[in-house]
Amino acid sequence: MNNYSNRRFTIGGIFAFVILIFLIRLFNLQIVNDEYKLSAESNSQRRVTQYAARGLIYDRNGDLLVYNQAAYDLMIIPRQVKTFDTLDFCNLIGINKEDVIHRIKKAKKHSRYRSSIFIKQLSSECYAVLQEKLYKFPGFFVQTRTLRKYPHHNAAHTLGYLGEVNDRHIEKDKYYTQGDYIGKSGLESTYEEVLRGVKGLKVYWVDVYNRIKGSFHNGDLDKNAIEGQDITTTLDIKLQEYAEELMQNKKGSIVAIDPKTGEILVKLSSPSYDPEMFVGRAMSKNYRELANNDSLRPLFDRSMIATYPPGSIFKLINALIGLQEGIITPNTRIKCHDGYHAGRFTMGCHHHKSPLDLKESIQHSCNAYYAQTFREILDAPRFGSTSNGYTNWKKHVNSFGFGTKLGTDLPSELTGFIPQATYHAKRNKTKNWKSLNIVSMAIGQGELSITPLQMANMVSCIANRGYYYTPHIVKSIGSDGKIDSKFLIKNQTTIEPKYFEPVIEGMDLVVHGGEGSTGRSSAIKDIRVCGKTGTVQNPGIDHSVYVAFAPKDDPKIALVVYVENGVWGSRYAAPISGLIIEKYLKGEISENKKYLEKRMLEADLINTKEDKQDE
Amino acid sequence: MNRRVSLIKNLDWITILLYAILVFLGWINIYAAVYNEDHQSILDATQRYGKQLIWIGAAIFIAIIILTIESKFYSAFAYPTLIVMILLLLAVLVFGVKVNGARSWFQLGSIRFQPAEFAKFATNLAIARYLSQYNFKIHKIKSLFITGLILFTPAVLILMQNDTGSALVYSVFILVLYREGLSGFVLLLALLAAIFFVFTLIYSSFTVAILIVIIAAISLKMIGIQIKQIAIAFALLAGSFGTLWLINKGTGLQLGNFSLLVISILLNGIPFLVYIYRNKIKNAALVLLLVIGSLLYTFSVSYIFEQVLEPHQQQRINELLGIQSDPYGAGYNVNQSKIAIGSGGFNGKGFLNGTQTKFNFVPEQSTDFIFCTVGEEWGFLGSALVLILHLSLILRLIFLSERQRSSFSRIYGYGVAAILFFHIAVNVGMTIGLAPVIGIPLPFFSYGGSSLWSFTILLFIFLRLDANRLELLR
Ligand SMILES: [Zn+2]
Repeated sequence: MNNYSNRRFTIGGIFAFVILIFLIRLFNLQIVNDEYKLSAESNSQRRVTQYAARGLIYDRNGDLLVYNQAAYDLMIIPRQVKTFDTLDFCNLIGINKEDVIHRIKKAKKHSRYRSSIFIKQLSSECYAVLQEKLYKFPGFFVQTRTLRKYPHHNAAHTLGYLGEVNDRHIEKDKYYTQGDYIGKSGLESTYEEVLRGVKGLKVYWVDVYNRIKGSFHNGDLDKNAIEGQDITTTLDIKLQEYAEELMQNKKGSIVAIDPKTGEILVKLSSPSYDPEMFVGRAMSKNYRELANNDSLRPLFDRSMIATYPPGSIFKLINALIGLQEGIITPNTRIKCHDGYHAGRFTMGCHHHKSPLDLKESIQHSCNAYYAQTFREILDAPRFGSTSNGYTNWKKHVNSFGFGTKLGTDLPSELTGFIPQATYHAKRNKTKNWKSLNIVSMAIGQGELSITPLQMANMVSCIANRGYYYTPHIVKSIGSDGKIDSKFLIKNQTTIEPKYFEPVIEGMDLVVHGGEGSTGRSSAIKDIRVCGKTGTVQNPGIDHSVYVAFAPKDDPKIALVVYVENGVWGSRYAAPISGLIIEKYLKGEISENKKYLEKRMLEADLINTKEDKQDE
Repeated sequence: MNRRVSLIKNLDWITILLYAILVFLGWINIYAAVYNEDHQSILDATQRYGKQLIWIGAAIFIAIIILTIESKFYSAFAYPTLIVMILLLLAVLVFGVKVNGARSWFQLGSIRFQPAEFAKFATNLAIARYLSQYNFKIHKIKSLFITGLILFTPAVLILMQNDTGSALVYSVFILVLYREGLSGFVLLLALLAAIFFVFTLIYSSFTVAILIVIIAAISLKMIGIQIKQIAIAFALLAGSFGTLWLINKGTGLQLGNFSLLVISILLNGIPFLVYIYRNKIKNAALVLLLVIGSLLYTFSVSYIFEQVLEPHQQQRINELLGIQSDPYGAGYNVNQSKIAIGSGGFNGKGFLNGTQTKFNFVPEQSTDFIFCTVGEEWGFLGSALVLILHLSLILRLIFLSERQRSSFSRIYGYGVAAILFFHIAVNVGMTIGLAPVIGIPLPFFSYGGSSLWSFTILLFIFLRLDANRLELLR
């Protein structure tokens, strides 16, 4: 009855076709494409990291060295950000509009769905105001975390600092995510896993206004943060502070160890910096400034990553080896005519009485005595060759911890350098090199290099009459207090205890030998200090070094003071050592030494040196 | 008594079943969309799902009344009904309240009522009545004029209420007209218009102009002009375009490629017309006329788009066509809607477990974006089921329409099918990013009394007519 009846197929076909297109589209949206599921997740979940409070750090007497202060990071999830009142926002957090746009762009680049830091470390005042108004700015929220605070502004190199993780850290350890902090140096770095604890996670449902609507899946995904463990260090912060004062305006390093345990009491590198400089927003600026200071290198930890020729203090080692090898006895007397002469070779010595026995040779630091002894150690016929003699000598030297890493619990320790016999062969271009070729090693010069930490450890060995505990910085960890068992092991040197006494007698004479004793200025009333000065030849002004321990019969402290460009050991290094020992053992400086203390505090080797250069 | 029995017997229960399923699914999805823990009872009348249940009850009441009215009444009162509706549409412009920027609601106490929803069935009745006149010829100018008048009057009034979506619904009557004999050519033209529209905005007027020329060439071939002649015409066209292009370059007139092409077509059009006149090829003139018409259309599309449309309308279209993307601005709703649907996966997150809809990420989720809840909680299975149920209903309506003996019933049935189709296509298309965001409800699903009642009335009038199909034209 109607010609157009067949058109129902066209019309029905159009309907079916459109629905088919929809079904294909839905198939694509819901099954093929995963992007929307991810979006939905980020839309309605907020994963809030629960940062673990980082462990606190104390000194050996329970004095707080490092604690935490709350800081607030403003976070952003770019895909949840909607148009907002930029002016209001800018006023709240104190940045300008361009900056806001720039930061949003940056966050989008990181991820549109995951949160990233928008502004680091808001002040607590800013946070208080912002928290009230945050609902106006969907896509933003505040994450609380902690910053390090340092009530004492000392021991920066030892404590180390925290920094944001970089891509390498994240790749190496999946624990870290963008924006996390990690110990970058010092204690913070070696004890990172102890201090950091384990961060937790809370997952919330949030609605479109970013309001929390409750716990996600009843908190099944939540994890509580586990607090970091506290650490008690071996440092004596009062002593550290005093040592740092004494070293002000000087370049150099001090390491003091309790020889009975290997605990590091003082460890400093001068010039230093205030650890607070590496906290908060100014960190990168401060870091750049410190890192670019080429003449003073304040970031450089001289106590462990500077190596120096040890100078005369090394004569102690050669004396011990000579005794152990039977080359000399305490009574061996060696002549010195203003130096050591062999053929046309001469090694000068300052004027002193002659001949000298062992302890006098230490007192007067006689070059001739040690040149001869050293050569005899190497050339002893029983070794067959100088090279073998040297290798034997080196074995003894290594047993004091020279030429290897001591294995302390601080990062970036250097080994120093005690050459192999083959090194000398190569250098002298013959296997049959002569002991005379390397005779400068007899007096701690030449191819030797040693870190201040190793020097301090050497004094420990001598104070202990033959052994040392590996120097370490942590006294106890957490509640059970356990530390690495390797720090409880006695490391024996290759020298028998009986050979130490004559050497120690010599060190006693250095301090108490009257006229001509180079360590007199380290003497303390009622305390028997044993020491040894050194003057290390240097292309510029010589370095001043002094090692000492005290009391002689019951050593409680062994230390090295190394003052760059300090001219003679007796000038700065010895008096500073004496002051530190006295401060440690007596708690205060006796009246008769106040003038010395004042002189040391006022001595300025950094600026005067520059004056000289100006002349 | 007997009559009632025959009415019940003659009712198409398949359609009623589909209707009931859709209404029920709609209701539980509204419950899911606005679900909150404080009001867990699905019967809570302070909440939208509770209210929807009241609307459903009212809808059933309305359906029963419609079925009890004598079927002759509907054709008899078709025109008066439309007139009443037009008056209401006029009245709402004056007395109506504004909701979401559209002045299309009457407020009576706490009840709001949207006359635009009811204008649909009235217009459908009037169209059915007019087209079913004895001896009706659709291609007569007068027929086209009156048909247009019936469709455009309510459409324009609704447009004046700022309710673009509801106004556009009337465009779907072209399918009904097609069924009643409107040339397929017109349908094709409408399709081409849509394609040109999209291409003009996505690419450029020039691209579309080239497209037009190619279509013209194909049409010329189809009406029997030899390839050689077409080739000559094209060589001339290309030649003049090239010349013009060079002149343009040389003189620095800075005319666009589109203008150059239009000028060359006009230049060549004159000898072309002379040739056609001599050879008396009537259809070729029509092709030329169409080419010129299309060019004008293309030009006006880009003109209207840039000069007439407001920025937010431009944005919506740009967003839809993928010309620019701003998921936080104009594209926010669609983007959130796609996320909700997409996150449903194959079998969905489960009833009441949708997070995107529950936490209000999707705007208007119980009304225009109700399909998101379906997509998120019931997944691909659920959304496909809903679409297929709707399609089944529409195809069933076509089937029923074709079995009518009365043209009035048939035309009305097609109108119902077309209106439902338009709503589904635009609403679902919008939620999955295939249609622009124009707020029209998903039939039987979207929250709201007006739309539910309007679709119920539309459908049940037809069911009433269908139940009487054997009595009429006896
Ligand atoms: Zn001498």
